[in-house]
Amino acid sequence: MRDAEFIIRSNREIARDTFEMVLSGDASDCARPGTFVNVHVDGLYLRRPISVCFADGEKMILIYKVVGKGTDKMAHMKEGESVMALTNLGNGFDLSKAGERPTLLGGGSGVAPMYGLAKALIEMGKTVRVAIGFRSEKDVYYKREFEEAGAEVLLYTEDGSIGEKGFATDHLPGDSTFLYACGPMPMLNAARKHIKTPAQYSFEARMACGFGACMGCSMEMKTGLKRVCKDGPVFDGEEILWP
Amino acid sequence: MAVTKVSLCGITLDNPVIPASGTFGYGREFSELYDLNILGSFSFKGTTLSPRSGNPLPRIAECAGGMLNAVGLQNPGVEKVIKEELPWIREHFKKPVMANVSGFSVSDYASVCELLDREDNIGWLEVNVSCPNVHGGGMSFGTTPEGAAEVTKAVKKVTKKPVIVKLSPNVTDIASIAKACEDAGADGISLINTLLGMRIDLKSRKPLLKNKTGGVSGGCIFPVAVRMVYQVYEAVKIPIVGMGGIETAEDVIEMMLSGATAVQVGAKNLVNPWACPEIINSLPEVMDKYGIHNLTDIIGGAHE
Ligand SMILES: Cc1cc2nc3c(=O)[nH]c(=O)nc-3n(C[C@H](O)[C@H](O)[C@H](O)COP(=O)(O)OP(=O)(O)OC[C@H]3O[C@@H](n4cnc5c(N)ncnc54)[C@H](O)[C@@H]3O)c2cc1C
Ligand SMILES: Cc1cc2nc3c(=O)[nH]c(=O)nc-3n(C[C@H](O)[C@H](O)[C@H](O)COP(=O)(O)O)c2cc1C
Ligand code: FES
Repeated sequence: MRDAEFIIRSNREIARDTFEMVLSGDASDCARPGTFVNVHVDGLYLRRPISVCFADGEKMILIYKVVGKGTDKMAHMKEGESVMALTNLGNGFDLSKAGERPTLLGGGSGVAPMYGLAKALIEMGKTVRVAIGFRSEKDVYYKREFEEAGAEVLLYTEDGSIGEKGFATDHLPGDSTFLYACGPMPMLNAARKHIKTPAQYSFEARMACGFGACMGCSMEMKTGLKRVCKDGPVFDGEEILWP
Repeated sequence: MAVTKVSLCGITLDNPVIPASGTFGYGREFSELYDLNILGSFSFKGTTLSPRSGNPLPRIAECAGGMLNAVGLQNPGVEKVIKEELPWIREHFKKPVMANVSGFSVSDYASVCELLDREDNIGWLEVNVSCPNVHGGGMSFGTTPEGAAEVTKAVKKVTKKPVIVKLSPNVTDIASIAKACEDAGADGISLINTLLGMRIDLKSRKPLLKNKTGGVSGGCIFPVAVRMVYQVYEAVKIPIVGMGGIETAEDVIEMMLSGATAVQVGAKNLVNPWACPEIINSLPEVMDKYGIHNLTDIIGGAHE
């Protein structure tokens, strides 16, 4: 973990209330897919946990949805401003479990970390399918980026305004070797009911520290209490006690 | 040369800065960031007789200048702490550590303290009396002089280590409770624990924390803490460990002027994990700025 300074290279709305922040700075420890950074926002006491969408050496991308005070302040930050963040938090996805034909499931802001994961798996020579779900066409982001990275994209919207109508979880391909999932809890819960392939799920919790010190984020797992920030946010399907 | 050494219940601290219980785990996460031995000491997570899983999520919320927590004393229980955490601490922290103890009955407190009394690397027992008494209708021990004194007496019987009673600020007369602890044999007083608070979510129109209420900590409670330490200093002769919202070396000095012999830094560790080394490093310079040569000289300096 470092408290690292990044400079905003761009910060633009890429879908309804959804922003892509491109940062430059030392991101060498941020590249493991599924990990997150804890972003300091001026004037707010707690930092905001945001998944790394993609990081590579000197560049990092964060994608965030404006849902409250902190993310709203982030959306108003300008190119050239600096951002402080605690880096390299959480365990990340286990890429060794992917098999030859993994499916990546993302919903809403949970689509973001799937991009870095997709790129890493494709680089490993895997055939990657990405099932992404949004409420409506206005909310969709990164479809083209996934395609350009070499992934097959299965796009779903709840109102059918683009892609297939319905939930991404209803149509998960049955022939995948592994499932990686990130999104709201109801989506994750639906996914595990629909699919028999082994899977890893990325969770969210309200956090204070984000690095394992305060026990603010502990969830009961089959293997005991786990801190979402330190032991997670990614958990194996078998270890989760579903609601 | 600025002298930062202070003596707390007969044990010398290289400096008065102690990370507060519940914000430092057992030190493991922070040991990856800096050498723990630069600290005066640290107070580890509140330990109870049986393991506790704590309160349901969400158990963290935010407010202006601070945060609320309703962690609910999640901890592995005293046996596991002795078996798995203390040996690790012994290896990585070469100074006496402060053991924070919680209980839900007087006998709970005594049992935990009796077990911890045998551990050579524990310097002080910090007895948190803010917990609800299951035999007393759930009211916290720390809200009455009698309750706090009863716990103090029971603990003093089973240990030779200095006993520091940690008080709840959620009372009308903190001085009388501190005095009752002193009369019951306490070797020190630490305060303040978190202030009871609540946040409500405007969308759901329900309390944000699943537990409804939570303890407020962070910079926003500093003036309350300074006031309470000041009041307790007037009431007792035993040393005080002051805490609540400390974020800078200036805050440390202010807290010592109000009456603290040593201080604890809590929530700030969570948002700036290097807060304690930063405070310790800047202490000599800030002492110099205010013409302080020896920190011990300023303890209670704000009093008539
Ligand atoms: C590991 C992890 C990764 C995340 N990755 C992303 C991401 O890539 N993109 C994205 O848009 N969002 C992500 N989130 C959710 C994001 O942290 C919250 O949306 C954000 O903190 C909201 O802050 P706010 O000030 O705008 O909202 P407010 O409601 O004003 O925040 C108040 C407090 O609640 C916390 N909070 C509110 N909603 C959440 C939430 N859903 N999860 C955790 N804490 C919350 C805030 O951090 C803050 O402490 C992630 C959360 C976690 C735990
Ligand atoms: C997440 C969290 C957990 C805490 N857990 C404990 C605990 O187990 N025992 C205890 O005596 N105090 C506990 N506290 C209280 C702190 O030790 C301290 O008294 C309080 O937070 C005020 O100091 P601060 O404003 O510097 O945080 C906790 C505080 C926080 C923020
Ligand atoms: S947020 Fe502090 S332990 Fe997870």
